[in-house]
Amino acid sequence: MNQCQHYGQCVFEAPDNFKLNDDDKLEYVAEAPDSERDNIEAAVDVCPMQAIRIVE
Amino acid sequence: MPEANPAAPVVIVGAAMGGLRAAESLRRSGYTGAIRVVGEELHAPYNRPPLSKEVLATDVTHEAVAFPSRAEMGDVEWMLGVRATAVDLDAHTLTTDDGNVQEWRALVIATGLRARRLDFAPIAGRHVVRSLDDAMALRAELTPGARVVVVGSGFLGCELSATARKLGCAVTIVTPSAEPMMRPLGDLVAKEMRRRLTDEGVEIFSGVTVAAINGETSVESVELSDGRVIEADVVIESVGSHCNIEWLEGTNLDVSDGVLADNAMRAVTTDGIALDDVYVVGDIARFPNPMFDDVARRIEHWNIPTDTGKRAGAVLAAHLADDGSFADVVAKPFAPMPSFWSNQFEIKLQAYGLLGLVSDDDIRVLEGDLTEQAAVGYYRDDRLVGVLGIGMKAALLPYRKQIAEGGA
Ligand SMILES: Cc1cc2nc3c(=O)[nH]c(=O)nc-3n(C[C@H](O)[C@H](O)[C@H](O)COP(=O)(O)OP(=O)(O)OC[C@H]3O[C@@H](n4cnc5c(N)ncnc54)[C@H](O)[C@@H]3O)c2cc1C
Ligand code: SF4
Repeated sequence: MNQCQHYGQCVFEAPDNFKLNDDDKLEYVAEAPDSERDNIEAAVDVCPMQAIRIVE
Repeated sequence: MPEANPAAPVVIVGAAMGGLRAAESLRRSGYTGAIRVVGEELHAPYNRPPLSKEVLATDVTHEAVAFPSRAEMGDVEWMLGVRATAVDLDAHTLTTDDGNVQEWRALVIATGLRARRLDFAPIAGRHVVRSLDDAMALRAELTPGARVVVVGSGFLGCELSATARKLGCAVTIVTPSAEPMMRPLGDLVAKEMRRRLTDEGVEIFSGVTVAAINGETSVESVELSDGRVIEADVVIESVGSHCNIEWLEGTNLDVSDGVLADNAMRAVTTDGIALDDVYVVGDIARFPNPMFDDVARRIEHWNIPTDTGKRAGAVLAAHLADDGSFADVVAKPFAPMPSFWSNQFEIKLQAYGLLGLVSDDDIRVLEGDLTEQAAVGYYRDDRLVGVLGIGMKAALLPYRKQIAEGGA
């Protein structure tokens, strides 16, 4: 269900963590540092597919 | 005006995406006092877009669409299944349909929209899709072979048509417009969308309205303004929406189209005064966005409840903190990028900016080929104000940047 459809919204909120490559595929860092927390939470909010989960 | 009781909670009316984001933002911005969210629906906030797309095609459950709940939201009070019926801005009170009158310290208006209905007898088989309950009721009737008439050809009507078709229904769109999605996308793209939808087996009757819905107890046929009659089991009415403003009647807020707000999302009165303790978020908010101009507009795009909710929460938290930061927070630039997407069959549309600002002559293909994949530009006074991707995603990002920077 909640599968990434490569909208790239997360890229604007957390550019250090998410990137859309030229083939429209999403690349991301699975283990992010704590300093990225706020940006990643913002990315969770804006993902249209609600496809991003933060696992502690 | 009497002062609000500082011990009363911040009351947020509307327990959907906009209300949720406002509550989260209040907490993150350091407000630790009481927050109460009053909402008419029984469900905790959930994501609406899948209700016309993926989720409608599979299993419509709350679990499939619920927003994750955050730790900092633990002590927020949810009053669900309760409708606000009146508000008194001087007395700082809210009246609800359970007979309660409650005090608030500050108010957030997040009551969104409801689907407009056609004015015919209420018989079985007539549907709208705005809420989870709507989608559940419709899903039960979208069985293979069912004859479905979709009235209206906006994004929602076209998505519902595509999903019903995928589920094996026979689908006819009935629309007063010349082409599907004509108003938001413009003639050029809309013609191409008609071709694609028709190729997938959706029948489109354009330039007509519904004259009657026939059937004793349930839908049997739909009669069009040109006299044609289409046999049908299900009618989906996707003919626009109304703002949920009735509970604000009797206040001096400007509710001429949604609820007027300033750029800090403070509600504005008919005298043009912005109230520091009343905020507006989401689909119902009409606010100016300096990315385009100083005209206040409502924007029914998914990112807007989040952006305006965050903004309202931050400004309100600064007002309540009373620590001298308020003027600075209000003055912070707020120019959210409208963004929109729509999936119909294998067609993936994605847009940034305000496509609807533009007339047909100012729409040009920027890259690609309309019949395959393309990026389409929407210009106003030679400035790029919107971009639409058909199947293109990463390629849109430079155009998005251009729009954000003023479109030159
Ligand atoms: C089926 C569907 C598909 C969509 N697809 C897309 C898409 O693909 N892309 C996109 O960009 N956008 C899409 N949208 C639009 C997007 O979902 C909306 O912009 C968003 O839901 C608006 O959120 P909101 O919180 O402002 O208002 P709403 O979601 O309308 O929530 C308002 C809430 O307030 C409650 N309420 C109303 N009156 C009262 C009252 N008097 N007292 C108490 N509670 C009250 C309502 O019950 C409701 O729960 C879609 C919308 C729908 C319905
Ligand atoms: S915002 Fe969501 S859907 Fe879009 S690219 Fe990021 S994870 Fe994928």
